[in-house]
Amino acid sequence: MKMLDTIKRSVLWRSIFRREYKDTPRNRALAIFGNIFMHLHPVKIRDSAVKLRYTWGMGGISLFSFIILTVTGFLLMFYYHPSVEKAFWDMKDLEFQVPYGIFLRNLHRWGAHFMVIVVWLHMFRVFMTGSYKSPRQFNWTIGVILLVLTMLLSFTGYLLPWDQLGLWAIVVGTNMAAGTPLLGFEGPFSEYLGITPYNDVRFAILGGSTVGGNALLRSYVWHCVVIPLVAVVLMAVHFWRVRKDGGISGPHSS
Amino acid sequence: MSENELTTDQHEVEELQVEPEKRRDFLKVIGWGGIAGFIAVNLAAFVRFLYPRVLFEPPTTFKVGNPADFPPGQVNTQFISKFGTWVVRQSDGSFFAMEAKCTHLGCTPNWLEAQQKFKCPCHGSGYYITGFNFEGPAPRPMDRYKISIAEDGQLLVDKSIKFKGMPGEDSNQLYPQSLLRV
Repeated sequence: MKMLDTIKRSVLWRSIFRREYKDTPRNRALAIFGNIFMHLHPVKIRDSAVKLRYTWGMGGISLFSFIILTVTGFLLMFYYHPSVEKAFWDMKDLEFQVPYGIFLRNLHRWGAHFMVIVVWLHMFRVFMTGSYKSPRQFNWTIGVILLVLTMLLSFTGYLLPWDQLGLWAIVVGTNMAAGTPLLGFEGPFSEYLGITPYNDVRFAILGGSTVGGNALLRSYVWHCVVIPLVAVVLMAVHFWRVRKDGGISGPHSS
Repeated sequence: MSENELTTDQHEVEELQVEPEKRRDFLKVIGWGGIAGFIAVNLAAFVRFLYPRVLFEPPTTFKVGNPADFPPGQVNTQFISKFGTWVVRQSDGSFFAMEAKCTHLGCTPNWLEAQQKFKCPCHGSGYYITGFNFEGPAPRPMDRYKISIAEDGQLLVDKSIKFKGMPGEDSNQLYPQSLLRV
């Protein structure tokens, strides 16, 4: 106990934690203000904000599943090579040989399914409680973009095991892109604009005219780097705006 | 102070401020315009970057072997994995090359020898040996490629020349040039 006091009085400790945590309203507010992570969160919330029957807690659970997916995904990257020769067998190695590999892979896969479902339910709740209305229109828009990013994460992750299920899902999905008007080689007007399988939007997604090694690598880069980064930034904006738009919506908000 | 004097004073002040404000507006347009231009050029470069100059894909023109190696009434599936193409020799002895791509959403159908039909594993589209669609969601027959005889007597498939299957049309009738008789 005495040692703990000494540590707490040390310059090092006090340079990190600026104040004593005395349980006063002022200190509680300062603890939120003074912390870069917590300042996204409102200093004070209405008691209605914790009414689970109203919010379902779906936004928070979405964030929670995103964190699980980030951690498990980062660990899976230690054993996974995004190449045609290795991808499928790396996945099999993870399942059968790597310690805890099967647990990580299954947690990542089930967590991904879970996140997609939870994000949709979150949107459903926000819609049904009218929480997209003024002053929250902008945050609703951010939320819609985050929903699209969630779907894109799900889509790009689908190809990575390089199994039959994912391969054909991506074949079908990208062939739909080929049907885009003006952008895809099978879409309307493509014959007049000289759009071929080699210069259309599907090519940009796949990095080739068919689903091959380049498509696998591009999926991997979008899945592991670009989309998560954009999602994290938008999530920060999303949570910040919840605070700035008057706190989480509740039965009493007007 | 009369009203007249006040107007004159304001005039002088405005005249003094016109120049710096104009300059500021100009610099604003140049500055922000430069940043916007920089971002636009970089985005355009990124889009171009997505289209490599060299593709490490199998060639679009390839030889598949001597005509005598193909018995009549058979579908040759050995070029599927590399070239995505069936070489079909019909019972009348004529050849055609067909793209192994379902016209529904682009999966690779399987040739079912016993049932004499192509069946897509994705959504169940079925095609006769000619590529004509008769069941499932496929909207039209499968596409054919140009097949000819190379100088060394081998069959030569050219994927850059395509005969697009049209709904309800038998490609044998519609594209006699897609057939090769040896």
